[in-house]
Amino acid sequence: MTAADYVFWVFATATVVSGAVVVFARSLIYSAFALLFTFFGVAGLYVLLGADFLAATQLLIYVGGILVLLLFGVMLTHRIYDLKLRTEKTQLGPGLIVAAGIFIIFANAALITEWPTVGREPAPTTKEIGRLFLGEYLLAFEAASVLLLVALIGAAMIVRRKKDA
Amino acid sequence: MTPLAEELLVTFVKIVIVVGALLGGFSVMTWVERRSLAFMQYRLGPNRTGPFGILQPIADGIKLFFKEEVMPVAANKWTFLAAPVVAVATALLATAVIPYGPPFEAFGRTLQIQIADIEVGLLFIFAVTALGVYGVVLAGWAANNKYSLLGGLRSSAQMFSYELALGFSWVTLILAARSFRINDIVDTQAGGFWHWNVVVHFPAFIVYFLAATAEVARIPFDLPEGESEIVAGFHTEYASMRFALIQMAEYINMITVTVLLANLFFGGWHSGVPGMPESLGGFPLGFVWWGLKVAFFLFVFIWLRGTLPRFRYDQLMQFGWKVLIPVAAVWVMTFAVLWVVVGGGPR
Repeated sequence: MTAADYVFWVFATATVVSGAVVVFARSLIYSAFALLFTFFGVAGLYVLLGADFLAATQLLIYVGGILVLLLFGVMLTHRIYDLKLRTEKTQLGPGLIVAAGIFIIFANAALITEWPTVGREPAPTTKEIGRLFLGEYLLAFEAASVLLLVALIGAAMIVRRKKDA
Repeated sequence: MTPLAEELLVTFVKIVIVVGALLGGFSVMTWVERRSLAFMQYRLGPNRTGPFGILQPIADGIKLFFKEEVMPVAANKWTFLAAPVVAVATALLATAVIPYGPPFEAFGRTLQIQIADIEVGLLFIFAVTALGVYGVVLAGWAANNKYSLLGGLRSSAQMFSYELALGFSWVTLILAARSFRINDIVDTQAGGFWHWNVVVHFPAFIVYFLAATAEVARIPFDLPEGESEIVAGFHTEYASMRFALIQMAEYINMITVTVLLANLFFGGWHSGVPGMPESLGGFPLGFVWWGLKVAFFLFVFIWLRGTLPRFRYDQLMQFGWKVLIPVAAVWVMTFAVLWVVVGGGPR
């Protein structure tokens, strides 16, 4: 195994193990902390695939943005240690079907994609991503922007102070 | 030596130099800050330890080292211990991609004091400064003290809000240099000082300077530790070396934003005087220009602290969201249009 292989296994193990902790942890606060390592592991995998822009954005948006907001919510929750999040209903059958379906889609995508693995010299990706966003995938890009804008406006509407209340 | 081993050795030496310089810079800065503030307030400041009190940081270090470690009974133990480490780690991460001074020839190769010259340098810094929130949030929450929690929430809300403006202020620089690499952005400013980004992108400079001051929570944006309201904010419960670590993280962040300010807006290691020789007797003069710029802006931060009062919290939020971000956004669009129409940018 080369050095890069070892690094890959470190990141992959960190991602999977912390992902399992997110799901199985008894206390919400530990799930939130474990999610941090999952996001970091994924960012590390992006780096190994030569996707520098994606790795930095992963850190910026998921670790630096979304997870901090999640932690805010968790930390402001009263008596966080006693909070049990387990649902009382378990539906094994439908759950298994959904999980298997998602697994098949992801596994298929992982198998048919030609990954730029470590042997190749990593090429700068930023320019190419920019060109694709504002060229070939412009419609998808704009649609996503509008979706985010709608979400923002919705959030502002919900927390707005009501005049007559 | 194999090329890989050589590369690793060079990188290792660079890491030792940068981290050593930052830790040294941190202790010297504490002394410079206390002395200059004292003079501004017609006092003497620490002047007993060594000549002019220059050994004061060492005395402080020894004192902090031997103080008792205190942890609140109700604190969440691991988070409480991890928070200062996280703060220092994220602060140091950002320093890895910044160039400190010009490239120079030595040992038969071109070297530069920069640990990793990555393609997405600015984006990386932006991402890592976003991680800086963690040290603050974790410290504030783990102590299980209401003042700490309030301070932690204040700090993180502030860092969040001003990060946006900070990122926005870089957009036009990235556009003009057509690159996220910090070295590329510095090199667009070669030649006379009228090529410096502070002239070309003046609104972006104003936004960056204000947002950076807020980001490192210096006066007038130091609400996270507004001592008259919430004791010392998120680090109220920290003592001895853990407190020193948090202080260290704050100073390293301050040095980072200052070095970035010199690199991105004030031409980095370019003198700004056309026809100035590159080196004098083999010594690259770029280090002198760069060092002077960094030292000056570090002093400006201290100067501000001696001069200005503190914002009120609602003013702070208003200013960030309703003034800085719109100004930055309008400047991005204005620059883009001007660049294409007048400046001969891409069509």
